[in-house]
Amino acid sequence: MTLQELRAMREAGQKAMDRRVGGDKSIEIIVGMGTCGIAAGAKETLDAFVNELNSKDIRNVVIKQVGCMGFCHSEPTVEIRMDGMPDIIYGNVDPETARKIVHSHILEKKLVDKHVFDRPSKDIVKEK
Amino acid sequence: MNTMNINIKINGTPVTVPAGTSVLKAGKLANTKIPALCAHPDLKAWGACGICVVKVEGSPKMVRACTTEVVEGQNYITHDPDIVETRRTTLELIMSNHPNECLTCPRNGCCELQTLSAEFGIRDVPFASGVRRLPEDLSTPSVQLHPAKCIACGRCALVCQQMQDVWALEFLNRGDQTRIAPAGDVTLAESPCIKCGQCSAHCPVGAITEVDETRKAWAALRDKSKEVVVQIAPAVRVALGEEFGLEPGTLVTGKVYAALRRLGFSKVFDTNLSADLTIMEEASEFIHRFTTGGELPLITSCCPSWVDYLEKYHTDMISNFSTAKSPMMMMGAMVKTYYAEKAGKTAADIVSVAIMPCTAKKYEIQRSDDMRSSGAADVDLSLTTRELARMIKQAGIDFVNLPDEPADSPLGIYTGAATIFGATGGVMEAALRTAYYMVSGKNLTSVDLVAARGMDGVKIASVKIPAGGKEIEVRFAIAHGMANVKVVMEQVRAAKAAGKELPFHFIEVMACRGGCISGGGQPYGSTDEVRAKRTAGIYKDDKDSVIRLSHENPSVQALYKDFLGKPNSEKAHHLLHTHYVPRPLYVK
Amino acid sequence: MALNNFCLVCGGTGCESSKADDIFKNLRTAVEAHGLTGQVQVVKTGCFGFCEKGPIVKILPDESFYVEVKPEDAEKIVAEHLVKGRPVKELLYKTADQVTAKTEEDIQFYQKQIRIVLRNCGIINPEDVQEYIARDGYLGLEKVLFEMTPQQVIDEVKKSGLRGRGGAGYPTWLKWTNTSKTPADQRYVICNADEGDPGAYMDRSTLEGDPHSVLEAMTIAGYAQGATKGFIYIRAEYPLAIHRLEVAMKQSREMGLMGKNILGSGFDFDIEIRLGAGAFVCGEETALIQSIEGKRGMPVPKPPFPSVSGLWGKPTSINNVETYANIPVIITKGGDWFASIGTATSKGTKVFALTGAINNSGLVEVPMGTTLREIVYDIGGGIKGGKAFKAVQSGGPSGGVLPAASLDTPIDYESLTKIGSMMGSGGLIVLCESDCIVDVVKFYLDFSVEESCGKCAPCRIGGRKLLNILDKITKGKGTLEDLATMEQIGFAMQRASLCMLGGTTPNPILSTIKFFREEYLEHIEQKKCRAGKCKDLVTYTVIADKCIGCTVCARKCPVNCISGERKAPHVIDQSKCIKCGACFDACKFGAILVS
Repeated sequence: MTLQELRAMREAGQKAMDRRVGGDKSIEIIVGMGTCGIAAGAKETLDAFVNELNSKDIRNVVIKQVGCMGFCHSEPTVEIRMDGMPDIIYGNVDPETARKIVHSHILEKKLVDKHVFDRPSKDIVKEK
Repeated sequence: MNTMNINIKINGTPVTVPAGTSVLKAGKLANTKIPALCAHPDLKAWGACGICVVKVEGSPKMVRACTTEVVEGQNYITHDPDIVETRRTTLELIMSNHPNECLTCPRNGCCELQTLSAEFGIRDVPFASGVRRLPEDLSTPSVQLHPAKCIACGRCALVCQQMQDVWALEFLNRGDQTRIAPAGDVTLAESPCIKCGQCSAHCPVGAITEVDETRKAWAALRDKSKEVVVQIAPAVRVALGEEFGLEPGTLVTGKVYAALRRLGFSKVFDTNLSADLTIMEEASEFIHRFTTGGELPLITSCCPSWVDYLEKYHTDMISNFSTAKSPMMMMGAMVKTYYAEKAGKTAADIVSVAIMPCTAKKYEIQRSDDMRSSGAADVDLSLTTRELARMIKQAGIDFVNLPDEPADSPLGIYTGAATIFGATGGVMEAALRTAYYMVSGKNLTSVDLVAARGMDGVKIASVKIPAGGKEIEVRFAIAHGMANVKVVMEQVRAAKAAGKELPFHFIEVMACRGGCISGGGQPYGSTDEVRAKRTAGIYKDDKDSVIRLSHENPSVQALYKDFLGKPNSEKAHHLLHTHYVPRPLYVK
Repeated sequence: MALNNFCLVCGGTGCESSKADDIFKNLRTAVEAHGLTGQVQVVKTGCFGFCEKGPIVKILPDESFYVEVKPEDAEKIVAEHLVKGRPVKELLYKTADQVTAKTEEDIQFYQKQIRIVLRNCGIINPEDVQEYIARDGYLGLEKVLFEMTPQQVIDEVKKSGLRGRGGAGYPTWLKWTNTSKTPADQRYVICNADEGDPGAYMDRSTLEGDPHSVLEAMTIAGYAQGATKGFIYIRAEYPLAIHRLEVAMKQSREMGLMGKNILGSGFDFDIEIRLGAGAFVCGEETALIQSIEGKRGMPVPKPPFPSVSGLWGKPTSINNVETYANIPVIITKGGDWFASIGTATSKGTKVFALTGAINNSGLVEVPMGTTLREIVYDIGGGIKGGKAFKAVQSGGPSGGVLPAASLDTPIDYESLTKIGSMMGSGGLIVLCESDCIVDVVKFYLDFSVEESCGKCAPCRIGGRKLLNILDKITKGKGTLEDLATMEQIGFAMQRASLCMLGGTTPNPILSTIKFFREEYLEHIEQKKCRAGKCKDLVTYTVIADKCIGCTVCARKCPVNCISGERKAPHVIDQSKCIKCGACFDACKFGAILVS
């Protein structure tokens, strides 16, 4: 193996590894995965987030799964926490919306107004 | 490097010593005794006993004096209350695992542990006894193991492995179960042991001793139906005096004869005479092989440990071995045939005793049927120098003040060439003196063959002998200390394998460092310093001899004329030669 | 479909022996059965350190931390968590106050730890070199080979302040300098993986979890010291570590990270594994060298030091696993960064195997200078069963026993030595009120005596005498004189033993005679063992007033020496009692008196 090959291998592996650990993880995407959420398509939403982040090579995001957030009528629900933005809960997040959230909320720091379900969920998460 | 000197202090006193000197040795040079139990000048420091601890000024730690090399400018503290306390405790620990059987111990009065205990004034060992009653190994005729007394200092194993390259003794088990015995737990007799007894000579306590046969000797002397005849080996005469307070190397030949006579031996013969006989046989054998294209190199066979070693480790060289018996066995054969004939007795009427510097001689007398060429055992009993000293003490003989007496005829006269058998290189030197005469028809102008002498482990040189208008060169090698043999043998093998000219024509090997003067049966305390003194005594005996060439020994000449015919005659072959067989390293 | 989840399964020896391999296989099967292949990757990693709660399974990206997982839980984890996205609550770790912790961050055990040595343990698959490389693996080697001179490497290590983690704390750079300065045609580097202290498994876990870090470090050490050959001396009792090393070495060779002309740099370096038979003394460097040479593993006197004349007489530097594991990070992040962690004289972190009477036993890595109290109470979660703390045994059989008063000692080489213990390789055994000091010390002496090589008299004989005296004391036959005798032997052993094994054997005794003298005196004068551990000094009796005759104790007694009618007080037959304590544990009414 040459030095270049070693570097290429490191580069290639680092992406996958960063999702596993390490690196800046200052942005949290919390997906409600209660029965209600899953029934409403939270699984697909979650996949959409994962795929979108991967394809845009966004590494500083951690995706967490939690149970029901209590807003069963607006499932799938997703909370985004990141510096420079208020903690926001989005409701009715389908895969399309998920991609939109990544695009505007995370990358451009603009709220996806149509889906904001305006209540910070800190206490809800705490209760869990 | 070696010439570099280092300035240090021992307890504040400045002293300059060569670089590489251990603190233990530096202490000695500064007249400060640092006690030690495992260190021995012959051996690489092993550091087992823990007695020789000292401090380096400025450090609270203690280091072993034996393994610590001096460092420029340092001040070594060899004793302070902490050091004495540490040494005492360590000594008490060692003693707590050692049986208190001094009164019946072979080393009573010459035990290093006993001496140290006396110096430290140990009156009571404060720790519970942990003596292990391990079975003794009495399997060889030469040395015995008494493992209960072993303090695991390791000297014997190191001697056996490093100096002798025999590897009969090994450390077995671990921790406080550690013991030293043949590997695989076979007996010594079943092991590769060559009976050289260097283990017993280096053991600081009574854990390895020679087989004491003094009672057998006394019994023979009490038996009025037998005539008891004795011979003494060359190396005995420069060492026995040490047992009676004389300096090492003091020549006591006349006193030994006198003492033996007082012990009751009827005839006192000298192995030196048969050493001259050996030269006649061996030099003839050499010249025969050299001139007729026989198997060369010729290798000497006087040393029984070497014979045993070769039969185990260098079996491919058996055909190179001189078939001449050792001087002791030749004397034994002559005593029981030539002398018996003269005295009108049969071999069975005579008990033949030998006083040897060697433990392996006890094995040699029963090595093969060739050792019964007279029809009975040619030598019945072989005692070490140490055993003889004990007998003299038992008899209350004032050895030092004995008059010098001569040996008995017809087997008592010897030449200077014979007496140097006792030192490394001596056999070679003596043989070449006579070979020179046998080939050239004249004697060397100077008989001193200095290249054959000295303490180098391997000595290589050559002599040129005029032969019919041209000169022949005889290349020889001398090895002593068994570990040095390998190099010489490998050179011969390499030349043979490559079809090249042989590096040597003649090889002398002695198992013990320095030759027989520091054999395994000599008085305790052999070091290079002592060896040098004994060796000097040997060469002085040679120098002071009127006759210094074996072929000029009148008794030997008479022996051939009256009895044997010529060297290598059929009768000589029957009585004075032997053969060798390969032996396995482990018998089991 | 891209990978969405990772299942990290601990593959350390501890978890493996609790069927982690079955968990791993079941997870894979379940992932397949649920059609998640390609979306979920199941990875077997090295030790997570939290061995108390093993086997451990961690799910990424949400970092759910499952503890005490059983093979049959695999299906639930996949079906619930990976398919439905609902963490399996009952498998999550619960803190002392019964709060469910979701991730490592919530677990106190991890909060004070900094992981340098164990940086990859529990994260990467140790049998996959690509994963190691992805974690900046072989970046240090790359830097060293192409950007640094050997001297610069040693300088960087010097800057880091790294000291040997094997026990004595010799500065690593100095060892390397001594070796590199000795003129020679060949030099050797050796990795000492002969970890043998009872209860210690730091090095084993490092090798199992991150074998490449050691291989990389040895190659760097070889480059720095001009050595082209390395040996890893590892005990044969570590089959998993050996296997992982072999796999790693094969990969490295195939990829040209080891062998001739590494990465085209022109530097050659290769490593061989040598198996030890598990003799403790072979961790001593001169004995280790003897053993590699095929001789009996006995220490030989120093000097000459191995750096001058070591393996086959050539200059040799020996570092232990943990020391090596620090090297690649020091090179990539710089000596200054490393030196910023720790105390004035002891830099970086130290890995400890925390065991004994503690809630969270396991492998912990803390910055030097962390106090024993932080380790015992914050990380370790305090004493098991709410019992009272008694002592910490540090440094294994060579170390000392430290009382409560030492709890606030910051851990570094000097501080531990000052209070009569030593860093040792990193075993920390916590003792509580139910432990008898004399009994514990006897355990260590027994170990040291068994492991003495037998070469030098002070250790060979002294150790046995000490053990015999301790045995006497635990049997109630000790005398006051025995304490003085033990101190006398200890004094001589510390000074006159040939190697540190013998020199430190008396440490547990000497430190406890100092700190726990009253417990010895109780054994000697009152023939009493307050912890009830010394069987000869304990009597179990039934308090008739409290016994209600429930017969539980009689049924639990393994030698049937308790008798009595139902509903009437029972009696223990003292002549038959083996003092196992089963009756005491079984009695719900406090009717068994231990005296």
